[in-house]
Amino acid sequence: MQKSLSIDPNKCTGCLQCELACSLDNEGVFNPSKSRIKVFNFEGKGRFVPYTCTQCDEAWCAEACPTNAISVDRDTGAKVVSDALCVGCKVCTIACPFGTINYNQSTGKVIKCDLCGGDPECAKACPTEAITYVDANWTGLDRMRASAAVADAAAQA
Amino acid sequence: MAWVGKLLRVNLSEGTCESEPLNMEWAQAYLGQRGLATKYLSEEIDPKVDPLSPENKLIMTTGPLTGTCASTAGRYSVVTKGALTGAIACSNSGGFFGNEMKNAGWDMIIFEGRSPSPVYLMLLDGVARLVDASKHWGTSVWDTEEAIKHDHGDPLIRVASIGVSGEKGVKFACVVNDMHRAAGRSGVGAVMGSKNLKAVAIRGTLGVSVKDPRRFMEATAAAKKVLADNPVTGQGLPAMGTQVLMNVINESGALPTRNHRDVQFEGAGNISAEAMAEVRETDGKKNLVTNAACFGCTIACGRVSEIDRTHFSVAERPEYQIISGGLEYEAAWALGAATGVDDLEALTFANFICNEQGIDPISFGATVGSAMEMFEEGVITTDNTDGIELNFGNAEALCKVAELTGKGEGFGAEIGLGSKLLCEKHGRPELSMSVKGQEFPAYDSRGIQGMGLTYATSNRGACHLRSYTVASEILGIPEKTDPLVADGKAGLVRAFQDATAAVDSTGMCVFTTFAWTLEDFAPQVDAACEGEWTAERLLETGERIWNLERQFNIAAGFTGADDNLPPRLLKDAAKTGPAEGKINSLETMLPEYYEVRGWTPDGIPSNETIARLAL
Repeated sequence: MQKSLSIDPNKCTGCLQCELACSLDNEGVFNPSKSRIKVFNFEGKGRFVPYTCTQCDEAWCAEACPTNAISVDRDTGAKVVSDALCVGCKVCTIACPFGTINYNQSTGKVIKCDLCGGDPECAKACPTEAITYVDANWTGLDRMRASAAVADAAAQA
Repeated sequence: MAWVGKLLRVNLSEGTCESEPLNMEWAQAYLGQRGLATKYLSEEIDPKVDPLSPENKLIMTTGPLTGTCASTAGRYSVVTKGALTGAIACSNSGGFFGNEMKNAGWDMIIFEGRSPSPVYLMLLDGVARLVDASKHWGTSVWDTEEAIKHDHGDPLIRVASIGVSGEKGVKFACVVNDMHRAAGRSGVGAVMGSKNLKAVAIRGTLGVSVKDPRRFMEATAAAKKVLADNPVTGQGLPAMGTQVLMNVINESGALPTRNHRDVQFEGAGNISAEAMAEVRETDGKKNLVTNAACFGCTIACGRVSEIDRTHFSVAERPEYQIISGGLEYEAAWALGAATGVDDLEALTFANFICNEQGIDPISFGATVGSAMEMFEEGVITTDNTDGIELNFGNAEALCKVAELTGKGEGFGAEIGLGSKLLCEKHGRPELSMSVKGQEFPAYDSRGIQGMGLTYATSNRGACHLRSYTVASEILGIPEKTDPLVADGKAGLVRAFQDATAAVDSTGMCVFTTFAWTLEDFAPQVDAACEGEWTAERLLETGERIWNLERQFNIAAGFTGADDNLPPRLLKDAAKTGPAEGKINSLETMLPEYYEVRGWTPDGIPSNETIARLAL
């Protein structure tokens, strides 16, 4: 069973624990500027929105890569960058419609979410369950359940 | 590890920026942030300098854990000689700026001298330069922050800046970062303005490391669980914010009202957390939109609010029909109970202005309260107030005066003197509800005895964040003591003061202490920092810091006579509530406090104490 990161901005407080956990796992230091997941604070709107790679089935980053540096992790479905093959051409960053693969100046390679090999640190670090790691076929299950409860309450009224 | 080991020295007179190694011997003795920066300031300036002169220095400082994943570890402090008090000032702020400074590779920035013209510091990792800020001078915090990000084409830059109030020398101007987090008290923003320093803008990408990452992750995870499982930090603060206190303190008869004439406010319910969460009849929305976290904080007590668009304060002002930083308890009290105003939307508007122009809502609201009392007594009239009818409870007056004070204009410049100078100017010094020139926060010391001693002995002037005995006296944390009894409070205040000084030096937030003791801090600090850090060592470090601050103030000219309260709290008994008939018993607590501190009967640290703490 594949799993996906499920993000619920309604629960996010903007604390950046996800960015800290991501950067520690990938860089060995606490460094939100090198995080693969970013939380956006929409100033004036009171909204905090985490965002990261959603691991497209038809991954345009991988299609665009001239050195075949982006491959599929068969266990998790994650699209994973091979540092050995990446030449830092950044074509993938142009191809990605969502901006979730980015160039890292200090290494000359691109970085993106790799689902931490199936145990994503961001989801574990999130104190409010705004980021969870759930069955890929049922990322809508919680919202569906909530909607069902509302519909049921209306039916009983 | 934890400490970067580097500080940036910016000489504004010469226009130079130099890197130097952090004094690691001092870091072992004073930890970081509040403690370490106070040590630097004490060594580098004459405590007698005029706070607004080029000879004063202003230090922005992180703690060793700032920028790590420990809960709430994003704090920084601004340390200087305070414009409002003339005493040691250390104002602590959250948001995201502190982490950015640390990630740029700096523990501390020391600003010296005075720039010949307005500048801001631009810091991109190791590269520092001073940039002309003349086009930002005269603009608000909000506009400055937005313009700097825009000019550099980088929305990820973090900015700490002053508003027009700081430029104009409003005595309680603050430094605001991330739009609505503030190093709020003692007028650190006025000092920054006196140096022609408009802002500090930082982008940091270098990363922060700790001594023992595995042990650090275990210690921080355990401590986060303590916060999550605690009813205050796990439920009360995220849901209600610090505003959870409004009704509690009012019922305790310790909510200072109308410049401390009363100790209970009939309008408290209207300006409480509960009111913020109520659906408004006018527009079907709530004042409170959501809660929000500072960097790394798993509590998330921050308030994010929207003013009713039909309210008089914003009806014709679309620029304020936004969602922004909402009322915390201290602000709601000062803007509300202290002025007798119970209009939640007006308070939220005044709070927006405080953030936008960088003024401390506590000192601002309390000073307006003192002016209102003088107005009602006929000491000042509409001739003094630009025609504003400054009666207690006048919401429109509050909003107008907030805007004037934010810009340091007209009557706002008078309010910007702070209550001490304002009341002295009009011959009524006893109406200033302050200690060492700084206004009281939201707890009346007739109803919470320990807070009287807390205020009287606070090194930065009246303040609740130097020893929050409210936790013990009202909330029963870590154990309940009777708020109406003075006995035993000297030891309690000392213990809170020392522990808090240590916490303020770590990079973490004092609000964690609703759930954490030093036993929870120690394993986190120990896993991050060189040296062995136990709870006992943290407490001793706090005591060393407290005594160092005291020595600074004594050298600045303060004496035991300044450890005092206004006559109203010592002579006029509380009129209602559980504390009815009570005054504050400072007279009995103070000598005992000096004794438990190891100070002379005049309040001077004894030679034995100085030697014991290796000061």
